[in-house]
Amino acid sequence: MNRELRRISLVVAAMFLALFMSATNLQVLSSESLSKDQRNVRAIYDGYQKQRGAILVDSQPIAQSVPAADAFHFNRKYSSDMYSAVTGFYSYYQGATGLESSANDYLSGKNSAQFFEQLNALFSGKPVSGASIELTIDPKVQKAAWDALGNRIGAVVALEPATGNILAMVSTPGYNPNKLAVHSGSKAQSNYNNLLGSAGDPLINKAIGGSLYTPGSVFKLVVAAAALESGQYTVDSELPNPRTYTLPNTSTKIHNSGGSDCGGTKTVTLLHALQFSCNIPFAELGVALGQDKIRAMAKAFGFGQSFRIPTVATASVYPENMDDAQTALASFGQFDVRVTPLQMALITATIANGGKEMNPQLIENVQSSNLALLSQSQPSEFASPISKSTADGLKKMMIAAVKNGVSTNGQVSGTVVAGKTGTAQNGGNSPYTLWFAGFAPADNPRVAVVVMVANGGGLGQGGSGNIVAAPIARKVIKAVLGK
Amino acid sequence: MSSNVTERISKIVRVVPRNRNTELFLLLFAFAINAFEIVQVQLSTLQNVNNDFWFYWGALSGAGLLLHLVLRLRAREADPLILPIAVALNGLGIAEIYRLDIAAIANHQTELFAEKQVIWTLVAMVLAGAVVMYIPSHLVLRRYVFLAGAVGVGLLLSPMLPFIGKTINGASLWLSIGGLTFQPGELAKIALTIFFAGYLVQRKDSLAMTGRTILGIQIPKARELGPILAIWVVSLLVLVVQHDLGTSLLFFGLFLVMIYTATGRAIYTVVGLGMFLTGALVASRAISYVTKRFDAWLNPFDDAHYNAIGGSYQLVQGLFGFAHGGLLGTGLGGGVPQLVPLAESDFIVASLAEELGLAGIFVIFTLYILLVARGLRIGFNHNDDFSKLLATGLSFVIALQVFIVIGGVTRLVPLTGLTTPLLAAGGSSLVANWIIIGLLLRISDTNRREVE
Repeated sequence: MNRELRRISLVVAAMFLALFMSATNLQVLSSESLSKDQRNVRAIYDGYQKQRGAILVDSQPIAQSVPAADAFHFNRKYSSDMYSAVTGFYSYYQGATGLESSANDYLSGKNSAQFFEQLNALFSGKPVSGASIELTIDPKVQKAAWDALGNRIGAVVALEPATGNILAMVSTPGYNPNKLAVHSGSKAQSNYNNLLGSAGDPLINKAIGGSLYTPGSVFKLVVAAAALESGQYTVDSELPNPRTYTLPNTSTKIHNSGGSDCGGTKTVTLLHALQFSCNIPFAELGVALGQDKIRAMAKAFGFGQSFRIPTVATASVYPENMDDAQTALASFGQFDVRVTPLQMALITATIANGGKEMNPQLIENVQSSNLALLSQSQPSEFASPISKSTADGLKKMMIAAVKNGVSTNGQVSGTVVAGKTGTAQNGGNSPYTLWFAGFAPADNPRVAVVVMVANGGGLGQGGSGNIVAAPIARKVIKAVLGK
Repeated sequence: MSSNVTERISKIVRVVPRNRNTELFLLLFAFAINAFEIVQVQLSTLQNVNNDFWFYWGALSGAGLLLHLVLRLRAREADPLILPIAVALNGLGIAEIYRLDIAAIANHQTELFAEKQVIWTLVAMVLAGAVVMYIPSHLVLRRYVFLAGAVGVGLLLSPMLPFIGKTINGASLWLSIGGLTFQPGELAKIALTIFFAGYLVQRKDSLAMTGRTILGIQIPKARELGPILAIWVVSLLVLVVQHDLGTSLLFFGLFLVMIYTATGRAIYTVVGLGMFLTGALVASRAISYVTKRFDAWLNPFDDAHYNAIGGSYQLVQGLFGFAHGGLLGTGLGGGVPQLVPLAESDFIVASLAEELGLAGIFVIFTLYILLVARGLRIGFNHNDDFSKLLATGLSFVIALQVFIVIGGVTRLVPLTGLTTPLLAAGGSSLVANWIIIGLLLRISDTNRREVE
């Protein structure tokens, strides 16, 4: 029997060898991929065991972890609802959004910049405290945008054109992230459900994502840019200006906004068409240019791309394979053109910056828990989608629009503002989406601001970009210029 | 002859009761490690060491010392490694269950396990001591072979009885009498090992010698295959009615290994394994519960299986626990093993893997390997077939159970409802495994005295 026993010993050895290999696979080889699984809450739970880094605006925390007496060790505290679109929330039960998610590597202390602290932690047994991030947000501008939007549903993005620094990012209605950071699972869940069912989708950051919006006339900036870049047009080029326009190969007639005659002349200049936001000349311009040129222009500005600020923004869309009628509609921002306020702000900032588009960023620098500077953000160029002369042409037209065109409510006394309003239709009786995209001061731009008010600003189809959105932008610009 | 000299020297060495001193030394080492574990649990979860330490550490250590004294008195020559290894594993289990209790209290849960585990440990160790004290030689068990067989099969099939049979998590492995739940399959494995050993000793010659030779392979007579068929039917019945592949595999595997040891004919193993796999495969396709388990095993990360009731949620959470442990683990009390359902029983290995890391898991595996190796060695050293078979069966059943449970938790094999010997929370499992420890100690003592 001893021969058999020896063989059985081998079988036992093989069984244990299989277990050894299986455990090694789980704990070493697949360990990282398993810990990154969305359903694995241990990573988040880990985050509660050590002090998470703060999110700072002007050195003041807008989100910070303070010691707590329960099993979680720390409470996440948020200073104000107006930053909810920036920070997002950090919840044990619902995960994390916004910077709490996108900057988690810094906040949780898992980034490579803290390598030596991590090495030290391995020996001392003390966990690495997360790094804090200082934002590019200017609290005065953020407050101005938040107050100006008030109880309307919408978003504001304000950028520094030369650097891409985000000075304000507001989405309304906001919410109170503290309610999701509570340590009671049932409370967090019911608060979360309330927010999910709440009017105006507070959990969606309308500045960069979630749903996209119809741009309406602010998209004319892209069509005009494509026209100027093509070399076939200047700001003074004459465009046909009939009272009505029949969409190619259809019997559908379109009018200018409010049925206006756009000056009543047989042709109008490109400048005039943009200044007074005439739909028909732009429809004809779009068809003449062709969708490919406009699409290439939109792509060059960043359409189709997800910017990371580092929170990921939804990509804006210019439709593919349109017929001429659809191209005509898309040329004044209707049909299936969809954008984020951030994308429109980038286009505006590019015009302000003489054609150079900077990558948008929210993080100014990263500091370790003992305030050592770990990294400092540097402005970086995304692309140069338009030439300096195209930028100057667009600027000239936008100045005219604010000075004595259809965007006059963007005016700020003592400063030249360049801007373009938009009043986008959403089909049938749906409320309009109201826009203002502009920058100031025109000769030395310090801020590019885009205001988007959804749901007609509460006025249904009665409002316009100039009535609702432009005054909000004016307040943001004033806050930047210290007026 | 030099080999003769070595043999003689080793015999002389055995006369000196060095075994018991080795055991005492190793036992104290196991107590020390256990004390360290419980202190670490208290420090990392409660931030101080309190008097509960004496209960969670002292009970096991006291019982361990008592068992050691029993061995000094009644089984002087018993194997010195088995008791310390069993104590080390049992103590680690208590520490982890205690740690999970503390987490459960923090979460306002009322179902606690550690106190019960300590009490069951005492009961189980007293029973193991009784086995050593009152069974002068394991050979007396030969008188009760058929009784053991009847009891074993009865226990195995008892969860199918109406009223007292109980189904938990889809598997019917429990008896519930007066509020006490009990896993009869655990005790059945001892009874059936005794039965297999006794039965095979009687029949091994006819099983080994008879039959015609075809193409150089001896084909057993149909009559001899009867008992194998009977065991096969019982095993599949367990699978089909009780929905547990683990128990079914455990008993059939045990039987195949013992029949192979007894007869030396691989044909039994090959045919038996083929029969079992065929049966299991058919069952896995035909019974929706078993199908679900299989699919959850093959594709645990699919949302459909993950979110299904009785799906792969528990398995996947256990895998996350393993992954979280990494090389060195979070330290006892540092992880979140309570996220896994049944972290204190079926998934205790995932809990330990999370907190002790791969390093700790290797230590646990090594302890099991040593325990099984000592058991197989006892079989090796005996001269009579019954002792050989009994020791082999009892050791192999531990090895196979560890393989099936831990293999299930690490997704090597489909997940089953067996418990991890000596580590997992559960009275029936502790009692059964400590009785096995007692029997192995008894057999090893008889063995060494025979050599003298």
